[in-house]
Amino acid sequence: MTGYDLLELAVRNLRQSKLRNGLTTIGISVGVASLVAMLSLGVGLQQMATRRLAGSGLFDTVFVTSRQDFRGFDREDDAKMPHPEQAPVLDESARDKITKLPNVMEVEPEIRVMGEVISGGETHFGFVTGLPMSARVNEAFDNLKGKFFSSNNADETILLTDFAKELDAKNPTALIGQEITLRYGERQALPQESSGRPELASSENEAKSSDDYGFSVVRKLQRLRVVGLIDSEPYGGMRTVSRGRIFLPVGTTERLNMAQFTDMRSSLRGAGGKSYMTLTVRVKDPGKVAAVQDAISQMGFRTFSVLDATKSLRRFFTVLDLFLGIFGSLALAVATLAIINTLVMAVLERRREIGVMKAIGASDQDVRRLFFAEAGAMGFLGGVLGILLGLAIGKGINFGTAIYLTRRQLPAEAVWSMPPWLVGAAIIFSVVVSLVAGLYPASRAARLDPVQTLKYE
Amino acid sequence: MTRHYPMGESVIRAVDGISLSVELGEFVALLGQSGSGKSTLLNLLAGLDRPTSGSVLVRGRDLSGMSSEELARYRRNDVGMVFQAFHLIPSMTITENVELPMRFAEVDRAERAQRSGESLQRVGLGNRLKHRPSQLSGGEQQRVSLARALTNRPSLLLADEPTGNLDSRTGEDILNLIRDISLSLGMTVVMVTHERALAERFAQRLIFLADGKLVSEEVRA
Repeated sequence: MTGYDLLELAVRNLRQSKLRNGLTTIGISVGVASLVAMLSLGVGLQQMATRRLAGSGLFDTVFVTSRQDFRGFDREDDAKMPHPEQAPVLDESARDKITKLPNVMEVEPEIRVMGEVISGGETHFGFVTGLPMSARVNEAFDNLKGKFFSSNNADETILLTDFAKELDAKNPTALIGQEITLRYGERQALPQESSGRPELASSENEAKSSDDYGFSVVRKLQRLRVVGLIDSEPYGGMRTVSRGRIFLPVGTTERLNMAQFTDMRSSLRGAGGKSYMTLTVRVKDPGKVAAVQDAISQMGFRTFSVLDATKSLRRFFTVLDLFLGIFGSLALAVATLAIINTLVMAVLERRREIGVMKAIGASDQDVRRLFFAEAGAMGFLGGVLGILLGLAIGKGINFGTAIYLTRRQLPAEAVWSMPPWLVGAAIIFSVVVSLVAGLYPASRAARLDPVQTLKYE
Repeated sequence: MTRHYPMGESVIRAVDGISLSVELGEFVALLGQSGSGKSTLLNLLAGLDRPTSGSVLVRGRDLSGMSSEELARYRRNDVGMVFQAFHLIPSMTITENVELPMRFAEVDRAERAQRSGESLQRVGLGNRLKHRPSQLSGGEQQRVSLARALTNRPSLLLADEPTGNLDSRTGEDILNLIRDISLSLGMTVVMVTHERALAERFAQRLIFLADGKLVSEEVRA
């Protein structure tokens, strides 16, 4: 029998008992829908997490810290390295060496200092952080009102909308274009003839910067033009520099020589000048991140990149998907039993008909394939209905979470996403499962003895 | 040829050493009481059953040595069957019933329509093609079943009590039809019946069976 005839007969047979086959098909579709809904939830959550990471602009970035400042989570790995106190510090010379590594585009310190904005006779406290010029390209912001910095050296600032509201509660956007005054602490070298100037411990420790002998922290004022406002923290709130409310070009923060927490250490070290808490290294292409990360690790620093994060993230989601898949499959397993039941019933009911078909020339194979086709058709139909049902469930989930998030004044986000491959895979899976369920009924039908079934009763 | 069925601890000798040959184009009637083995013999000729021992030779081919796939092909292409209970598929229309064997034989659609039309014409059912079997009388149903048996142009027609469910007038009509068709197409007919009078009127040879054995033979003019 040709495939088309087979399918035509199968569909005709299915339509003979619409209620029973319809119910079975709905059973399959519920199974497929639950599987699809679960897996899509897994995919959606993963996409949400990856979106966060992508927004952080981390795919081409390596974070470098000194092992003196941050201990790793991996104690075993740590034990193999020299003691953290002997680890090198992130200073100017380290910054130079990293800048000269192949494939490195820019090396910027992460600067985060305390500051105050003076406005209308009042002072408003806020953390000041430096943003690199690449922040704009990396889509570090969700929603920027106004403009980005005109240059890395401009006396400009971008404020968090919340902070702008503190300055001007009624109309924070009016601040764009206005000038504000920032009060900060400047790291200022001691005067050459300062009385408190200590002698160098040895002649080898040559002075490397003008304030190598010591510095004071002096309160300074700086006029800045507000160029933009942002609603949420840059880089998805995932970086040190995200956690501020007043943002300056990183070049400006360096030029103003703002005093940082790590300055305490450089005042105690014999030489080396300024040191940094964190350097962010931008790599030319994400494929080179691993190599650059390796080279910096060789220098004795601790490195972190999104590669590490996605690795553990992927592992987590594989396990999550597995569990979601198992729960989703339960309903489909029940549906499989329904298919077997329906087809076994059909074989019993159509004993006579199967006998007749054999008597007029159907082979065992034809009969077997006919029942397979019926199982497959139910599986296909159930798969398609299941996808639609799954889509409806997904829309419901997204709608529900959107309401929940909006009530908590968080931006709505899709936690549920059905990728196109899942549509195809679910239908194929449904058909295959149905065919497997059809194995027993089909072989039972094929084995029927026509002489027995055609006996005149 | 023999066909034995195990039945509990005993063995039923449904066909017990019958040797028989039928000429091409011959109309043969198998007669006997119920349980005499005539239907079993017919099923063996149809390739629906296999002999316990011995062989069934049809135009030089031995059915007992065929695989089930080969037997299906033999039933599809060489045999047409008519049953006492008609055995039409109730959910299909008349035309669809007649076309069913051609689906198994993979005849293409255009030819199917033409051949089913021809067969139905031959049995005198040119109209009512879209009806279901349940809307027809017994005689008409048996005509449809005959048309279905003819549709793959077999050389052998096997009829198992074709008049058993029909009144005598209709039964005679059907047998007239079978004889006419077998004559015009040169088709061999083997018919099982227990109505001796009918058999004597239509068959060229009568074969009497009892307890699975061939009892006697009677050749008519």
